[in-house]
Amino acid sequence: MEAYKLPLGRTMERFVDWLVDSGAWFFDSLAIALEWLIDGATDNLLLLPPWLFIAITGVLAQWLRRNTGLTIFTVLSFLLIWNLGYWEATIETLVMVVCATSLCVLIGVPIGIAAAHRPLLYTLLRPVLDLMQTVPTFVYLIPTLTLFGLGVVPGLIATIVFSIAAPIRLTYLGIFQVPKELVEAGKSFGCSNRQLLWRIELPAAASSIAAGITQCIMLSLSMVVISALVGANGLGRPVVRALNTVDIASGFEAGLAIVLLAIVLDRLLKQRHEVS
Amino acid sequence: MIEFKNVDLVFGKNPERALPLLDQGYDRDRLQGETGLVLGVSQANLKVNKGEICVLMGLSGSGKSSLLRCVNGLNPVTRGEVLIEHKGEVINFFDADAHTQREIRMKRISMVFQKFALMPWLTVAENIGFALDVQGLAKDEIARRVDAQLELVGLTEWRDHKPSALSGGMQQRVGLARALATESDILLMDEPFSALDPLIRQQLQEELLQLQSRLQKTIVFVSHDLDEALKLGNTIAIMKDGCIVQQGNPQDIVLNPATQYVEDFVAHTNPLHVLLCGDIADPLTALPANEGQYCIDTKQDCWFNPDSQEAHCQNQSVPVQRWQEDEPKSALKGCPTLVSAKASFHDALEIRHRTGYAVLVECDDRSFKVIGDDQLYRGLLGKLG
Repeated sequence: MEAYKLPLGRTMERFVDWLVDSGAWFFDSLAIALEWLIDGATDNLLLLPPWLFIAITGVLAQWLRRNTGLTIFTVLSFLLIWNLGYWEATIETLVMVVCATSLCVLIGVPIGIAAAHRPLLYTLLRPVLDLMQTVPTFVYLIPTLTLFGLGVVPGLIATIVFSIAAPIRLTYLGIFQVPKELVEAGKSFGCSNRQLLWRIELPAAASSIAAGITQCIMLSLSMVVISALVGANGLGRPVVRALNTVDIASGFEAGLAIVLLAIVLDRLLKQRHEVS
Repeated sequence: MIEFKNVDLVFGKNPERALPLLDQGYDRDRLQGETGLVLGVSQANLKVNKGEICVLMGLSGSGKSSLLRCVNGLNPVTRGEVLIEHKGEVINFFDADAHTQREIRMKRISMVFQKFALMPWLTVAENIGFALDVQGLAKDEIARRVDAQLELVGLTEWRDHKPSALSGGMQQRVGLARALATESDILLMDEPFSALDPLIRQQLQEELLQLQSRLQKTIVFVSHDLDEALKLGNTIAIMKDGCIVQQGNPQDIVLNPATQYVEDFVAHTNPLHVLLCGDIADPLTALPANEGQYCIDTKQDCWFNPDSQEAHCQNQSVPVQRWQEDEPKSALKGCPTLVSAKASFHDALEIRHRTGYAVLVECDDRSFKVIGDDQLYRGLLGKLG
């Protein structure tokens, strides 16, 4: 049976090689742009002294949530991270997560909207989304590496591939579930298609889309360690190093920093349930 | 004015392929069985005059909402025409270009929905101003019209609340105000009061009638409740399986149901507010007569002379009083009463109860009819004619 092995792997390899050969200019410029974006943002944020950053975050948290307990928790978490010596790594991870999520939203929300309006597109899209979430990350990390080289960009791309399904799915769901009567009401009062989208569908789907964005942030955060494997900076790097040197102490600390960051982001961004 | 001309409405993929089959006489079940297409409305012809309320009545699935949605193109007709007046000429909505269709939806037709269809993220005032905002009107013009509508439906102090804070009846008032705010002359109402409690429903029906007497809109109203239809409608079209089985004014429907289906509906309605004295009264000529006098009540031995308009009971002369529809009934005395043919059945019943004498009806052609106990009972039991 194995004598006539189907050349699936070889074909894929040839395809990636072809991509590298013919699309080098595209992937290179994309890599440079993304790297410039992430490095620039990180450098600028690191210019701020940590105490100022923490103070600003505290004020922001209080303004956003009006929950003093949460504000205190946020400030204490960041102070602990600073104290443990993971300040720079945390900022790097934060920038990475924000960049990945922004790109996911920019790409994912329009795709979700389009899919909700075109049943055929969603039928085609669904297996692709399933695939992106189930294929082990390392599998597509390999071609990403050959296309973009080592560094922060392949990590970012892998993160986007893994987490973009959330905003697409939840945007689709949100728009799809807009009550038919609301759309009819919009149409009957003379909304154009654009007005229908902006005045009815998006506001009605807003909570679902927001949930997709929060989920996207959490999924991006869960990719920090894998990004670190291909050379991205951030909180994943100390985890990887601790794994290689069986360093329980620094592994625990870096892990704690990731968890704290995740909890803070989740609590700050999760939408309030409106009390009517 | 709205006119439906030979409207066929078929749901499904490529609905046009149903048309030749319909012409061959396929009915709803056969069409669905063989092609999977659903027949929504079949050969609907209906005219709604300006300032009238036309009620489309039928059970769920009878096609009444589907037909209503043809007027503003939410359901595109498969064949036929929906004629409305626009800028002084009569046009078929589905012949108009997209721009004109939008303009008609914005300024000529507005709609009220069964489940209110208010935007939960907008305040009451923003909901009422929604259609105006879509039209791109200036902020102060919107505010002016919204304030006027809020006052009209009595919700001024709720203007900055979200719809979820309001009761069902108040939410539908907002829905009505939103529809009225565009100042369009055609109003489509899709079972607007069905989701409300009976008392609130009656209250809103009264309010709608009051508004209508002032605003004189052309209203197409969908209902599954014949009592509601009879109360509101100038014309009623009863639908079954996508076809209009009978159309006419309320008295027509109650007195002459065209099919068993309509008869079943009518059997469960309250005729008191629908029928008029002229409908239930019998002509004097059907009564025992003696020297130009007619016996209007055999038990009391009462006789009426239509020429002199005098009556006597047991050989004693009794006066005949007149009652107009806006007069209080408490002032009526114990003697025969003369009313107009336009007075309601309810009035006749009450007058008979108060006076203890038969009610005489003066018809438009100056002839007289009578409503005695016999006529009252037959009217109540629906066994007229």
